[in-house]
Amino acid sequence: MAKVLVVTSGKGGVGKTTSSAALGAALAHGGDKVVVIDFDVGLRNLDLVMGAERRVVFDLINVVQGDAKLNQALIRDKRLENLSLLPASQTRDKDALTEEGVARVLDELRQKFDWIICDSPAGIERGATMAMRHADVAVVVTNPEVSSVRDSDRIIGLLDSKTELAEKGGRIEKHLLLTRYDPVRAERGEMLKVDDVLEILSIPLIGIIPESEEVLRASNVGSPVTLNNPASAPGRAYFDAVRRLKGETVELTIPTDKKGLFGKLFGRRAA
Amino acid sequence: MNLLSFFNRRTSAPVARERLQILLAHERGIVGGKPDLVAQLREEILAVVRRHVMVEQDNVQVKMNRDSDISTLEIEIEIPAPVAARA
Repeated sequence: MAKVLVVTSGKGGVGKTTSSAALGAALAHGGDKVVVIDFDVGLRNLDLVMGAERRVVFDLINVVQGDAKLNQALIRDKRLENLSLLPASQTRDKDALTEEGVARVLDELRQKFDWIICDSPAGIERGATMAMRHADVAVVVTNPEVSSVRDSDRIIGLLDSKTELAEKGGRIEKHLLLTRYDPVRAERGEMLKVDDVLEILSIPLIGIIPESEEVLRASNVGSPVTLNNPASAPGRAYFDAVRRLKGETVELTIPTDKKGLFGKLFGRRAA
Repeated sequence: MNLLSFFNRRTSAPVARERLQILLAHERGIVGGKPDLVAQLREEILAVVRRHVMVEQDNVQVKMNRDSDISTLEIEIEIPAPVAARA
């Protein structure tokens, strides 16, 4: 049965789009049929991060308003045939997202895909509430930093009260994805530790993505980090997160980019 | 930075953690539409203590830590020194 997953955070710049692309690609790599939807109407970027920016013709708003068919707007990934992207409109604003329209698009997508990943915009306004509205599962992306943790706490409150599932008396499945984590700084007491964030937010952890140069390297070339360098620390961390998302029990580790002496001396390779 | 200050430096992460815990205990009450438990406790504790000793509002600190297994409530009341020579 298809699952609608929202990637959300409240705060901007914590890694929602990076994580949506990476999780989507990792799920598709495992054989599932996946679509990633950009809900950031007016400020779309998922197309760029996934390397499909020159292939956008129709978008989510065109489909919501009935100006284009779903199949005309879906962009199939060039690397993985079972991975698709539904881009946001760059010229409209978030008021163009109607609840009925979004529900209709999601229902149609449920027939075609195993996973529907909704990349939420930052904030708690219409774009963000529409992205989470029909979700079955939520991945809350959080940096180990005070403003991000506070905003995540607020988003968790909204997930528990403003989603369709919550309003029907159900409980949305929530997972914490801790990104940009630096275990060395956390050990030195300069950064909130995994346990600190878990204690404060009290939702289960789905993965820890270490701070890594590989993330920027991947977005530079328009490829999800799980495809661009699956063996890298963030690549492995996202693949582990996907296995947990699918119900597997995977030991929690923080992958590191191991550099040999040569790598340390001549560490600046081009992407 | 000398070696001594390196070892004596107070780490900042515990400060972040404590600030967040206090702030979120407060905000969860407001956002959830429930009365702010910590603020309410502070008022009531203050009222009880004031029946016996005069304390200032700012001298009552109420902190709540929530965990999955156990929650703790920490109450700190600063009582002014008794007036020296009661004539």
